[in-house]
Amino acid sequence: MLVFVILAVALIASALIVVTAKNPVHSVVALLANFAALAVFYLSLSAEFVAMIQIIVYSGAILILFVFVIALLGAGTTVTDLGANRLARIVTPTVIVGVLALVVLGLSLLHAPSPQGGGMLGAATVLPGGENQIAAITITPGAPGAFGSIADFGRALFTTYLLPFELTAFVLLIAVIGVVVLAGGSVQERRGKAAAREPIAKPERTMEPTR
Amino acid sequence: MIPVQMPVPPNLYALVAGAMFFIGVAGVVLRRNPLIMLMSIELMWNAANLTFMAYARAWLNNAGHIFAFLVITVAAAEAAIGLAIVVMLFRPRPQSNVDDIALLKG
Repeated sequence: MLVFVILAVALIASALIVVTAKNPVHSVVALLANFAALAVFYLSLSAEFVAMIQIIVYSGAILILFVFVIALLGAGTTVTDLGANRLARIVTPTVIVGVLALVVLGLSLLHAPSPQGGGMLGAATVLPGGENQIAAITITPGAPGAFGSIADFGRALFTTYLLPFELTAFVLLIAVIGVVVLAGGSVQERRGKAAAREPIAKPERTMEPTR
Repeated sequence: MIPVQMPVPPNLYALVAGAMFFIGVAGVVLRRNPLIMLMSIELMWNAANLTFMAYARAWLNNAGHIFAFLVITVAAAEAAIGLAIVVMLFRPRPQSNVDDIALLKG
């Protein structure tokens, strides 16, 4: 419980810093802290493999991508946020709506169905007496057996969930194509640039052999 | 593995994830810096992942792990495309405010 509270505080605090920081670099660092806290959360939920994936993919790849883009756009770009007037008008409703939604979520979680021991989703039974259930379901560190191990994860990924896995490969392919299309510019543009470069490049090339 | 062996109800994890999700929503709604908006979207992805993991552990069913993995993959694709759009839109401009980008085919 102590670990949970510390991690939850770290998670929420770093998320708040991500959203409120003026400088995007500070946001990236806070996001890194957030992802690290999440990875520890996953470890405490005995999901070792996903915790490693979280660190490698999120902290290793996605955050570096963010840092690269910040470097590419230059730290000198002035970041304009909403004007003070508009921001003040929007902040209060947003916070109120967010807190209300969180309260609704909390209330609905009080009455959420709970698993009894282990087993598949089909074995779920809703105990009578709402609030008392929460005491009944608890997560203790250290799951029984190989739960969350790479073997367990891989077996499920490549047997039961093979179709979603293949679809993910397709999504990644589309992402690659999309990035190339977006960041590479249009074909005409590239041809135009190449054509513009030709006249300068050609005389040099023709001069070389004559000399 | 962890010194304090007090059990935690999974709904508390969901509550923390919900808080994180709404912080991410607030980031998208309130901020106008495209990078910070993308990071807020990442916060929302991760909030969803945290609930997946918590309930996967509670039900001892690793479907949650698989889908958290798929969510991470999709989030990586989304971040790559989003950042490509950001680079494309804001490289020629001196300031970054998404409200300046109001035209399609502009």
